[in-house]
Amino acid sequence: MPQSLSEGGFRVTIKGAEAPVICRAEQKLLFAIEEQVPFPHPRPVRVGCRKGGCGACRIKVTSGDYVTAKMSRDHVTEAEERQGFALACRLTPQSDLEIETAFLGPRRGHEGQND
Amino acid sequence: MSQEGLLRPGIIQLRVLDMEEAITHYVERIGLDLVSKEADGRVYLKAYDEFHHHSVVLREADRAGIDYFAFKADCQASVDAFRKRIEAWGLAVDDVPAGEQPATGARIGFTIPSGHRIELFAEMALSENGPETHNPFVWKTEPRGMRAQRLDHCLLYGPNIDKVEEFFTRVLDFHLPERVDLPDGTLAIWMTVSNKAHDIAFVKHPEPGKLHHVAFFLENWNDIGHAADLMSRYDISRDVGPTRHGITRGQTIYFFDPSGNRNEVFCGGYTAYKDHPTRVWDGNHVGRGIFYYERQLNDAFLTVVT
Repeated sequence: MPQSLSEGGFRVTIKGAEAPVICRAEQKLLFAIEEQVPFPHPRPVRVGCRKGGCGACRIKVTSGDYVTAKMSRDHVTEAEERQGFALACRLTPQSDLEIETAFLGPRRGHEGQND
Repeated sequence: MSQEGLLRPGIIQLRVLDMEEAITHYVERIGLDLVSKEADGRVYLKAYDEFHHHSVVLREADRAGIDYFAFKADCQASVDAFRKRIEAWGLAVDDVPAGEQPATGARIGFTIPSGHRIELFAEMALSENGPETHNPFVWKTEPRGMRAQRLDHCLLYGPNIDKVEEFFTRVLDFHLPERVDLPDGTLAIWMTVSNKAHDIAFVKHPEPGKLHHVAFFLENWNDIGHAADLMSRYDISRDVGPTRHGITRGQTIYFFDPSGNRNEVFCGGYTAYKDHPTRVWDGNHVGRGIFYYERQLNDAFLTVVT
């Protein structure tokens, strides 16, 4: 059962953001952020492909329950998934959440290859 | 014929996270025809206006991105000659036997200094579902979705762009219609082996082997608008556009497939001949070069890759 479903959704607190985001049942977190922090305001989580492939919206969940759809292993390894890392575009809250951004930038740059 | 050696992009193999979602996207939305699903799970697609058996291969995997981009040569002797030049330049070349894909002959493959696998091949059977050649109609069956006519090009992100330019121009006989040069070196190159404005492009990026986008050709600007209409109707993740590029002058819209691989559908673009000079953009004007109407870059377009 949901732990809290206030205002028609779960409350997602983003570390460093001014206000929480309310994520409706079944809604992917990134889409709630895009709706509630409209352009041109700076968004607390980066928006990229919105489809689990690019890693722009990588976050770490520090509190709460959630489910995720398939995410590219380039950006969330199995070990990282167990530690709470996820892509916001593939994450659906199952309770109120606390998250922080965890965007990595280019992850596997090879030393010396960009000279 | 006057164009010898490599002719055009022939195959792109993409990694997708969910095959059924990918098929819906590439077949129903972009409008490619499904050629076959093979025993190893890979799915083969072609655009309605392409003559050969397939041009897009989808492979289900746990990460998105590109497996390789393959160019088609005029004959096997050309592939054999390129092999010697590639090895002399210092890259290791491996063999992919005929039949690794349906209706496709032997291929050679190698990894370029940006970390991407490039392949060359000469033989692919004509499709039974290709365009008509005797008193042809413009199409046999009305095209679906975005009405993509062909696989056109891809833009790849990786390191060592200077070496990539040297390889494609000196070893594979490409020419270079356009480039972006910043004070600290070359940022991006657009290269062609034909007289399209680009067959392949690269942007300097620290992480090797990344895909920025794969592009499909549409007939005209109205079709770009129709593609945008489909994106809103079917909730396709749109990136940028409709707009125009200063570079290549193509008219365009960018979006993402269901695995986060960026797609482009575009039309227009100038004709590039080998004796034309290279157009050069500097850092003060590159915004107009990439997005001619907005005249500024956006962060996600520059940095989001698979």
